[in-house]
Amino acid sequence: MNLHEFLTPPAQNAKRSGPADKTVMSSRVRLARNLKNFAFPGWAKKPERIKALETVQKAVSALPEMAGGYADSLDHLSALDKQVLVERHLISREHAANGVGSGLALSQDESLSVMINEEDHLRMQSLQPGLQLRQAWAAIDAVDTALEQRLEYAFSPELGYLTACPTNLGTGIRVSAMLHLPALVLAEQQINQIIQAVNKLGLAVRGLYGEGTEALGNVFQVSNQMTLGEAEGDIVERLSKVVAQIIEHEDNARGTLLEKKPKVVFNHIGRAYGILANAHSISSKEAMNLLSLLRLGIDLELFPGAHRALVDELFLVTQPAHLQLGYTEKLSAEERDVYRADMIRERLRTLSRPITPPTPGSALDKPDPA
Amino acid sequence: MVCMICKQNEAKVHLTQMIEGKIKKVDLCEECSKAKGFDDPTGFNLADLLLGLGASQEVAQAAGGETKCSVCGFTQAAFKKSGRLGCAGCYTCFGEGLEGLLKTMHKGTRHLGKVPQSLRQGRAAQERIALLQKQLAQAIHTENFEEAARLRDELKALKEGGGGVLTA
Ligand SMILES: [Zn+2]
Ligand SMILES: [Zn+2]
Repeated sequence: MNLHEFLTPPAQNAKRSGPADKTVMSSRVRLARNLKNFAFPGWAKKPERIKALETVQKAVSALPEMAGGYADSLDHLSALDKQVLVERHLISREHAANGVGSGLALSQDESLSVMINEEDHLRMQSLQPGLQLRQAWAAIDAVDTALEQRLEYAFSPELGYLTACPTNLGTGIRVSAMLHLPALVLAEQQINQIIQAVNKLGLAVRGLYGEGTEALGNVFQVSNQMTLGEAEGDIVERLSKVVAQIIEHEDNARGTLLEKKPKVVFNHIGRAYGILANAHSISSKEAMNLLSLLRLGIDLELFPGAHRALVDELFLVTQPAHLQLGYTEKLSAEERDVYRADMIRERLRTLSRPITPPTPGSALDKPDPA
Repeated sequence: MVCMICKQNEAKVHLTQMIEGKIKKVDLCEECSKAKGFDDPTGFNLADLLLGLGASQEVAQAAGGETKCSVCGFTQAAFKKSGRLGCAGCYTCFGEGLEGLLKTMHKGTRHLGKVPQSLRQGRAAQERIALLQKQLAQAIHTENFEEAARLRDELKALKEGGGGVLTA
């Protein structure tokens, strides 16, 4: 089956909902596994890689979870196809660079994906909308348990699952949540404090920083770094707790901002709407940052009747590869910026400008007591 | 601030992580961050990056004499370059040198977590055998020969029947 016929249309994709999805855009748990008696993919010679691919493909396709799914070798996919999969978080950037001897399998609902011969023989992930780290772990744990009946893993009682990179050794688990934290970013130093606090717990926060402390689209990924010396369940619980706390901080920051600096908030959102609804050329980065503010505006009910899925869909379809999909000729970066702006203007045509809720007291925000 | 990898472009990607109580900080330009795949959280690992930026030298030095994996032929020079090992056997061949590295990047150096079912059965069987042997010694000590005979039979059955499982 053709990949593009298989993949869920972006509009439908954006409508997937889960607990706390206002803040948690998605939850992911990934496991790294390798076959016993095969060299790791990066070191294996081509025939060995192909043999490993065939062995894993056979075992994966026999799983009931993969019925009605998609499976192929990466050499059958174009660079654009692979980039689309990266933008959907279904394969890694590294895997997109692979071809012959590497493969991919997706479950019908795309919640399960298995990368074959990425850095390890198997990289399997469960991707769930909203905050569902425990569910994601349970799902991928079940897949792994089913696969170990069919495949002999490289495992040592002392070091656990043996991985190509020592950083993944032991459980081979990477638990991550993608968080939308616009208020913590607007509240200046708060996001930095959060990042430092989370780092202290041995977790990583990733944000592509633009100028100053502004992250791209105000989207942050929190994930565990250590995989050895701690059980999977404990890692999942630790991350779940931390994410629950970050959600609370973001909610508090929203409340405080609305109370103390409503005009700053409305100004940001109003301007974001103004540019998105009227621009004729916009970079991916600017679009992400402004769409994030639009998403905040929808959360704050400044756009009555509008749904978050509108923004989440635009987050996806304005990415370079998804944008390119609509055109047969290869677009230049400049052309993409123009077409991106055209697409956003068109989608926002029916979205009325944000309402202005009455602000109590003076028209000006109160200065900080500090 | 200049990118740590290319040492040319302005660093726009800043990653921090607490490892062993020390804050490790990495500053990269967007191109290098993309090239290294650090805009993908499942692929990203700071320890990984640090490894690529020099920590692997630690391994090379610590591993001392062993420079080539006897199973797959992977060399330390290659590990230094890529931060990746060649095969499962590399963990045994370069084991000594890896230990220090594992300490800096992980919570512990012993696996606590999932164990494949085939090995789980093996481990459980081993534990059962150890327990029965203890009980057998106790039964002989207290001259409870009837109990000792029963335990001996169970042990025999377990060792014979479970042999295949134990070596799995
Ligand atoms: Zn650079
Ligand atoms: Zn080796």
